[in-house]
Amino acid sequence: MQVPADLKYSKSHEWVKSEADGTVTVGITSHAQELLGDMVFIELPNVGRTLKQKEECAVAESVKAAADVYAPISGEVLAVNSSLVDAPEKINEDAYSAWLFKMKPSNPAELDHLMNAAAYTEMVENEDH
Amino acid sequence: MLKTTPLNQTHRDFNAKMVDFGGWDMPLHYGSQLEEHHKVRQDAGMFDVSHMLPVDIKGHNVRAFLHRLVANNVDKLTVPGKALYSCMLTPQGGIIDDLIIYFLSENWFRIVVNAGTAEKDVAWMQKQRDHYAPDLEITPRRNLAMIAVQGPNARAKVWQVIPHSQAATEELKQFQSVEVGQYFIARTGYTGEDGFEIILPAVEAAKFWEALHAAGVASAGLGARDTLRLEAGMNLYGQDMDETKNPMESGLTWTVDLKTERDFIGKQALLDAPITNQLVGLVLLDRGVLRSHQQVVAQKDGNEYQGEITSGGFSPTMNQSIALARVPTAISIGDEVDVVVRDKKLRAKVVKYPFVRNGKVLI
Repeated sequence: MQVPADLKYSKSHEWVKSEADGTVTVGITSHAQELLGDMVFIELPNVGRTLKQKEECAVAESVKAAADVYAPISGEVLAVNSSLVDAPEKINEDAYSAWLFKMKPSNPAELDHLMNAAAYTEMVENEDH
Repeated sequence: MLKTTPLNQTHRDFNAKMVDFGGWDMPLHYGSQLEEHHKVRQDAGMFDVSHMLPVDIKGHNVRAFLHRLVANNVDKLTVPGKALYSCMLTPQGGIIDDLIIYFLSENWFRIVVNAGTAEKDVAWMQKQRDHYAPDLEITPRRNLAMIAVQGPNARAKVWQVIPHSQAATEELKQFQSVEVGQYFIARTGYTGEDGFEIILPAVEAAKFWEALHAAGVASAGLGARDTLRLEAGMNLYGQDMDETKNPMESGLTWTVDLKTERDFIGKQALLDAPITNQLVGLVLLDRGVLRSHQQVVAQKDGNEYQGEITSGGFSPTMNQSIALARVPTAISIGDEVDVVVRDKKLRAKVVKYPFVRNGKVLI
C-alpha cells in the first residue's frame, strides 16, 4: 500500500498536502481508489465555496459505487483539478498526483489533528481484518 | 463461512479481488474491471459461473412436468441440445427465478438456475414434482463447474484448448448445446457476445481455466459480468425482478407463452393482472452515474409519473451511464425523464434496450 510520508490523512481516506504558501492540496488515497476500483466520474466543488471540516464536497464514482469525498479541514476552495472530469482514471493511475482541489485553510490547527502516514497505515490495516 | 467454487484457489492465484456475492466467495475483478469488460467485447474473456446450479430432471415424460413448471413453452425444444430461457413463476405470477432449460432427451432435461435462488428453486421444483410427477428424479449437480467463455474470439480459443470439440460445436447455433466427452458445451452467455458456456466436472475446472488463460482468454470477474449484461439488456434476478414482479413488468413478455392452451403455474394470475409498469432502458444525458434504486420522474400530458432504476451503471462501451428502469406504461421510448441523483435531477432519455450487442452500440 502506498502511503507517502510527507502527507497528512483523514479517516475518510483523503490525503492532504501542505504547500509552502500556506494552502493545502487534497486528493483521495491510493487505498481508497483501490477499494472503489476503476473510476468513471468525478464531481468537484465550486471554486470559492467555503467548506466546513467533514462536509461532503465532492463525489468519486467508480464502476462499483459512488463515494462521497469530505473536506479534510475547513476553508475556501481555491482551485479544482478539472482535468479529472474527462480522465477520472488518473486517480487509479496515481492517486497522489491526481489531486481533487486546493484549499485555503480557515483554521490551520485542524491540520495538526489529521493522521500522519504511520497512523493512517495502521488504521487501514486494522480495517482489513 | 462463504461458499466457494472449485476455482477459488485459481482466482486467488490470478490475484483476484474477492467479494462476498450472496454468500459466495467470488472474484470481483483481477485488476481492472474496465479492461476485462473491453477484453470480452473485443477479444475473449472467461467467467467462473460455478456458483450457478445445474439441476437435472430425469424420468418418464419430463416435458409434461415442465409444461406446468415454467412460463415459456418447452415444446419450442424439438432438437436435442436446444436451450430455452424461461421464468418459473409463483401461482401469483411473481418470478421465482429465471433459468435456462436444456433439452437433452425426452427423459432428461437440465435446468441451470441462479446461485442466490438455487435452494429455493430446487425445493419448489421438488414440491411441484411431488404433486404433478412423483416419479421424476430431480438432482442438483454441485459436482459440476461452469465456465463462460465470451467474446468474438471465444469459440476459436476454446477450440485451441479442446481441439476435438471443434467438429461438434462449430455448427452449433445460438442456444444450442452438445456433450463432448466430459464437456457440456452450450452457445449461450450473459454478455451479448458470442461464446460458450461450458459445464465440466469440478475436478477438471482449474486445469481448464489455466489452459484457456494460456490460449489468451482473459480472466474476468463479476464486475465486468454485470456491466456486460447491463449493456446487453439482460435482467439480473433479485435486482430487475423478484417474486413481487411478473415477467410483463420485467421486460420478459417474450418469454411467456400465453398463446397455447397449456396451463402453467402463474398463468391465470398473469391473464388477470393489469399491466401498469414496464422495463425500459435509460441513457443519461447529463454527466453522472445512474445506480439502482434511484427515482425516475417524468412529466407527460400534464401528469407526473414515477418509476425506479432497477440496474444502473457506467457503460464502458458507450462511455456514458445507462440503466434499466421500471416505469409506468404511459412513458414511451424517446421520452426524456429526470432521475434523482443525490440532491440533483439529471436528464435521461428512454430507449429500447439492448444497448450493445456483438461489440456494436445499438442506441
